[in-house]
Amino acid sequence: MKDILIRTENLNLWYGDKQALIDITMEVPGNMITALIGPSGCGKSTLLRCFNRMNDIIDDCRIEGSVFFGERNIYEQGIDPVEIRKNVGMVFQKPNPFPKSVYDNVAYGPRVQGIEAKKNLDRIVEQSLHDAALWDEVSDRLQESAMGLSGGQQQRLCIARALAIQPEVILMDEPCSSLDPIATAKIEDLMGELKKNYTVIIVTHNMQQAARVSDYTGFMYLGKLIEFGETKQIFESPQEQLTENYITGRFG
Amino acid sequence: MMPRDAAGLRMRKEAVSSRGMQALALGISVLFLVMLLLLLAKSRPLLSGYSLTEVLLSSHWDPARGQFGFAPVILGTFYVTFIAMLIAVPVSLLCAVYLSEYAPGRVRRMFSSFIGVLAGIPSVVFGICALLVFVPLVADYIGPWVGVETTGLCILTAGLILAVMVFPIAISLSYESLQALPIELREASLSMGATRWETTRKVLFKAAGPGMLSAILLGFGRAFGETMAVAMVVGGKNQMPSLFAAGQTLPSLIVSSVGEMMSLPLEQSALVFVALFLFVVVTVFNLLARWVEKRLQARWKI
Repeated sequence: MKDILIRTENLNLWYGDKQALIDITMEVPGNMITALIGPSGCGKSTLLRCFNRMNDIIDDCRIEGSVFFGERNIYEQGIDPVEIRKNVGMVFQKPNPFPKSVYDNVAYGPRVQGIEAKKNLDRIVEQSLHDAALWDEVSDRLQESAMGLSGGQQQRLCIARALAIQPEVILMDEPCSSLDPIATAKIEDLMGELKKNYTVIIVTHNMQQAARVSDYTGFMYLGKLIEFGETKQIFESPQEQLTENYITGRFG
Repeated sequence: MMPRDAAGLRMRKEAVSSRGMQALALGISVLFLVMLLLLLAKSRPLLSGYSLTEVLLSSHWDPARGQFGFAPVILGTFYVTFIAMLIAVPVSLLCAVYLSEYAPGRVRRMFSSFIGVLAGIPSVVFGICALLVFVPLVADYIGPWVGVETTGLCILTAGLILAVMVFPIAISLSYESLQALPIELREASLSMGATRWETTRKVLFKAAGPGMLSAILLGFGRAFGETMAVAMVVGGKNQMPSLFAAGQTLPSLIVSSVGEMMSLPLEQSALVFVALFLFVVVTVFNLLARWVEKRLQARWKI
């Protein structure tokens, strides 16, 4: 295995009385793409949102256990989730650009983090759009509303926006589920590029996608991590009966 | 299969009822047009005797001597409305932000139904409360504090109670426009390390801006046309408005003069003209609210 970047230890999560994650212990290698798969409601998105403490914004959510980034447990007392999130970019299921210009969307994160010099912002915006493979399509309309872009462009803009905060980790929550096959292919190609510089964790419903793009795969079922390993191994010789049933399409 | 004539009866009922409802809806729309025409017709006597600019700009009001200058009343109305909005806009927006973005679910539900109830309270009740609270407050504390002698029945007091009356509509409409925003917008901002306040200020205000602006304009219309509560505390004196002095607004002028309305034909016409003025201004503000909302939404394709 490669270097471990993120490690969860006995992570349990409840929404009110309902337990959504049960005793998750897992190691995410750095500079790799890790996919989380499993049927709807298995907790994969919930687990993903534990990596940047996005579950904190939900009223009645309670979490026990630890998530280590290197040596640091981000669920330790006194840790500010706002600081954690500056190091972790997130891309959501539906493209969600702000009702602002293309430029202001990408510059949003850097600005929040205190970068104001026009020259620096220009550089970050251009670099991020390049890295998200969108620059060529929008370079002549940076000041136009981002809402006018196509769905696939909007999603790549959201990736550029996430890259602009220069994170270590990028979380993707079913980033292609509302896109057509061509836009999906573009995002998948992009992921391959991204892992050179970032650690990517992706939640997906689409097993072919997980098999195509990821290096490691975790299969979740009813809040438990059933199996975790190299993608090839999970898809070709799963150790658990449940995993095999799911990837061969017997349920899910 | 239904018997043939029973089916025929059903179709006839359907036709008759849809026509009937259409006629009702049309009738209601016509009603507003009739109101406007009536107001126009009845203010003719005044406008045939005096020019529009004369009536709007002159500050002499003495119906018995044939002087109909509305400037003090029009200014008085804008004055109280301005005071009301000065207080109501920031308070309502921050209140709506708290409710929508910060308050836990339980508080949110309680508070929003409370606001709904507040919106339904008759305006005399607000007037009475203003007499009990704001009038002494202004007469005994605020007036002396700034070194002015006042009875408390004045422009400022009217502005204060109007602010309170604008709260429910402004809060609930801006709250709704915040709630209508997708959760993803907040998550995107928070996930980049923005705080909740940064998210509100930099993203939500902009996205909910059209709705909030329209809430403010509707609140303005509410304050501009409010009659009873203002008439009770404004002092009812037809003079150029000043914060701590008794004044008059367009609506309060009508209620306070309505008793004499029959005696002087020209005064009757003058009061109808005031009603027409109110009708037009409030309608314009409501239309403006819609237009602005649509326009801004189109601008950002929200």
